[in-house]
Amino acid sequence: MARTLKLVSGVEPAMVWHADTALPAGTDLVVVPGGFSYGDYLRCGAIAARAPIMDAVRAFAAKGGLVLGVCNGFQILCESGLLPGVLMRNQQLKFICRDVYLRVERSDTPFTRGYNAGQVIRVPVAHGEGNYIADGETIARLEGEGRVLFRYSSPDGLVDPDWNHNGAINAIAGIVNGQGNVLGMMPHPENHVEAVIGCTDGRGLFAGLSDHFDKAA
Amino acid sequence: MKARVTVTLKSGILDPQGKAIEGALRSLGVEGVASVRQGKVFDIELEGTTDRAKAEAALKAAADKLLANTVIENYRIEVVG
Amino acid sequence: MAIAKDTLLRNEPRITPELVAEHGLKPDEYQRILDLIGREPTLTELGIFSAMWNEHCSYKSSKVHLRGLPTEAPWVIQGPGENAGVIDIGDGLAVVFKMESHNHPSFIEPYQGATTGVGGILRDVFTMGARPIACLNAISFGDPKHPKTRHLVSGVVAGIGGYGNSFGVPTVGGQTRFHTRYDGNNLVNAMAVGLARTDSIFYAAASGVGMPIVYLGSKTGRDGIHGASMASAEFGEDSEEKRPTVQVGDPFAEKLLLEACLEIMRKDCVIAIQDMGAAGLTCSAVEMGAKGDLGVTLDLDKVPTRETGMSAYEMMLSESQERMLMVLRPEKEQEAEDIFRKWGLDFAIVGETTPTKRFIVRHGGDVMADLPIKELGDEAPVYNRPFVESPKLPVIHAGDVTHPMSMADALERLIGSPDLCSKRWVWEQYDHIIGGNTVQRPGGDAGVVRIEDGPKGLAMTADVTPRYCEADPFEGGKQAVAEAYRNLCAVGALPLAITDNLNFGNPEKPEIMGQFVGCVRGIAAACKALDFPVVSGNVSLYNETNGRAILPTPTIGGVGLLNDFMKSMSSGFKDSGDTILLIGENPGWLGQSLYLREICGREEGAPPPVDLEHEKRHGAFVRRLILDSQVTAVHDISDGGLLVALAEMALASGLGATLDAAPAAVPAQAFWFGEDQARYVVTAKAADAEKVLAKATAAGIPARTLGTVGGKAIAVKGEKAVPLATLNAAFEGWLPAYMAGKA
Repeated sequence: MARTLKLVSGVEPAMVWHADTALPAGTDLVVVPGGFSYGDYLRCGAIAARAPIMDAVRAFAAKGGLVLGVCNGFQILCESGLLPGVLMRNQQLKFICRDVYLRVERSDTPFTRGYNAGQVIRVPVAHGEGNYIADGETIARLEGEGRVLFRYSSPDGLVDPDWNHNGAINAIAGIVNGQGNVLGMMPHPENHVEAVIGCTDGRGLFAGLSDHFDKAA
Repeated sequence: MKARVTVTLKSGILDPQGKAIEGALRSLGVEGVASVRQGKVFDIELEGTTDRAKAEAALKAAADKLLANTVIENYRIEVVG
Repeated sequence: MAIAKDTLLRNEPRITPELVAEHGLKPDEYQRILDLIGREPTLTELGIFSAMWNEHCSYKSSKVHLRGLPTEAPWVIQGPGENAGVIDIGDGLAVVFKMESHNHPSFIEPYQGATTGVGGILRDVFTMGARPIACLNAISFGDPKHPKTRHLVSGVVAGIGGYGNSFGVPTVGGQTRFHTRYDGNNLVNAMAVGLARTDSIFYAAASGVGMPIVYLGSKTGRDGIHGASMASAEFGEDSEEKRPTVQVGDPFAEKLLLEACLEIMRKDCVIAIQDMGAAGLTCSAVEMGAKGDLGVTLDLDKVPTRETGMSAYEMMLSESQERMLMVLRPEKEQEAEDIFRKWGLDFAIVGETTPTKRFIVRHGGDVMADLPIKELGDEAPVYNRPFVESPKLPVIHAGDVTHPMSMADALERLIGSPDLCSKRWVWEQYDHIIGGNTVQRPGGDAGVVRIEDGPKGLAMTADVTPRYCEADPFEGGKQAVAEAYRNLCAVGALPLAITDNLNFGNPEKPEIMGQFVGCVRGIAAACKALDFPVVSGNVSLYNETNGRAILPTPTIGGVGLLNDFMKSMSSGFKDSGDTILLIGENPGWLGQSLYLREICGREEGAPPPVDLEHEKRHGAFVRRLILDSQVTAVHDISDGGLLVALAEMALASGLGATLDAAPAAVPAQAFWFGEDQARYVVTAKAADAEKVLAKATAAGIPARTLGTVGGKAIAVKGEKAVPLATLNAAFEGWLPAYMAGKA
């Protein structure tokens, strides 16, 4: 993830220790990356969500700062209350690592401005617990407010159970909070940013963010 | 008839989950926690029998065959009526 | 510091012949102990001897034969004998790798057995100062119809994934096979590959007297006591009952241990470091001292424990995971401790180095062991066990084989058979992309990862064909190395070195010992011929249940280097119209082929001979073609033969192939399904095909045109075409259906 941020934005990201209590001055994007924090013991992301630094992340988000959580990062954001819902075990009860197709639902957000609405991108997933679920009211709100940014789909953009590898409700792969500044997603766009590694479909997310900050500056 | 099967790690078996949770509780300032070991609870409803002994035998079979990995786990059966 | 003998020990039982036998020591081995120390050992000492002198730690049955393996080359920095082998890949970088088995624990508790296998091999690699960059796993299971097989597959695969995924290293390759001879002994061979700087490799040998010995990592419990002895005993009817305490892996603790170790290494705190693997504290402390010509005194009262009332015996033999022993620079002790505390790990000074060359263990005010440290390792019994060579099997002539079905049906059946079908169900449970450096994912000839930011890349593979090894150990040993070599060449990598994981039955049986000796000689011959030295390895013997041994399975883990990872070649067809070419001779060897076994129901005959000179020349030729960008796809031909290789290339791409008929001189089935060695399929742009053929002719390498890429079927002239959809259903179908209980 750090390599991708540097590669696409040209800016070296600062690493923040879990026990720290403050973010570096001038932070404009917080990324909570993937990676089995605390072995995902108890519940995925549960222990990391209670790490001291998360208070600072919550405060940053409350002031409108952009937060991106990928994979375990998405789980941590849900556990920390920054995003609604939970990520349950995959429907087939197995860890799955493969490329999946995502339909980008909107392009008018800082996270998806590098894509067109309806565009289908290919990015890998690597998780055992990515089956997004929330109560009916929350789902209705997410859908009603257009807060689902990515959905698992076929290569043609068709949402279909055959292409929803983990069984997530409404094939939800990524959502934003009510203010639209906190994105959580299970797939790994950061692993598809170099042609030499096989695919660049994930690059749009980071290029879009970079563009967003350039325009804001 | 209702029953509860509690599955716990045998003593002496390392519990990485318990260990991590124990550390997290300490860092959250929960005092007085000496150790944590994580287990599983199964609430099971049985039908077609009122015979306690029979129910216990069935639950024992369930625990031995599936609910517990008896290589590393113990279990306890409570028939709650 | 010398301890008077009379202060030794209280509270311990007398040593009886039964106790000696329970420790897996033979009467003459016990006599050797008595002669060595001149008195009856304490129970703790007996435990220490049993740990040091069992097969797993002492290599007592294998040592004399392993000496015949070539272990040197200009690029080898460290050969066998350390935690892992080390090779130089230029730019100040070194690759550290090893493969190790965790067979017995994985049979008893498949999930935990597999996790601790992966954990152990990762520790071996980062102990040397390397950051793990990839894992591979070669796993063997019993007959799919055996009642335990599904449970074992499910547990082992989940365990390998559970540990590697959580630890955060991509698992990029491996092998999965099924055979009834693994019914009672499945195999889990885990390989880890790490990257280090050549100027900061860390070794086990202690140096300096009075240096603090530090215990790091997780606390000690009663895990796996006598695991190493278990790994050196045959299973019987009761072994499922005689379960020792199972070790449980903690990938999160290991991740912390990795980061902490690499950090203190960077800060130059470390003199020596040793992973606590089999027989934990005993093996690690003895090795550190013995390799440094120093004595070691341990104070067990300082060892962090997670259970109360642990005896010296238990602490010395515990196999609790995620632990390390180190000798630190005294002036850096505080700095190292601070780093470990930061990562939340236990850190305790548990002893010191001494000038006495004695291994002294204290506990609760008593001396529990006082033994000569060099002799513990060096004086371990060495056996030149009697062996008989496996009888040579008759060569099966292709013309004598009757063929029960059409070529098309045979292809469909073969590609959906347990050994040839897609192992996607397995490798999709492994995170093979974490780190963002995976250039070639599992399912091809070899996994390829980018090194740092490139341009170099590393290719790796794990190979062996156990049925060949059983039929002819020498040729089988050669073939395992040759196939690893081919798989690396097929992706465009220069093969550099191997690690060998030798899995066999009971070496006390001359015919099993014969298999071992034959395979090792074959490996040695191939390594010499191919400039492909052995830099690390592991031996697992006694893989037998009720007197039935596994197939001899010397798994070869090969590593190769790509100077430019962007030039790595994959096996899938690329474009319609590309010309398909065969490199190598194709006389049509059916003996021990999967065609003969799966289609004709005959597991018979001599396996294909391996011409190492051909392997070398054909490999170099293919690498040259890749480097010169004259080919568009390359695939090695192995299990299942030529047509299976072509089908795999088609399935990887969704493009079919139109193929000429087999030449009249060779029976068609033998041409398409024979398992001759030193062969590759390559494809080239139509315009380049003639150039490739001309180049081959000039180099004296057999090459011929097979057909053209295109269409949606494998269509051999004169045979029924097999649609890719049919092949794909068979290829991808079997394993998921089997695991769901439907096959």
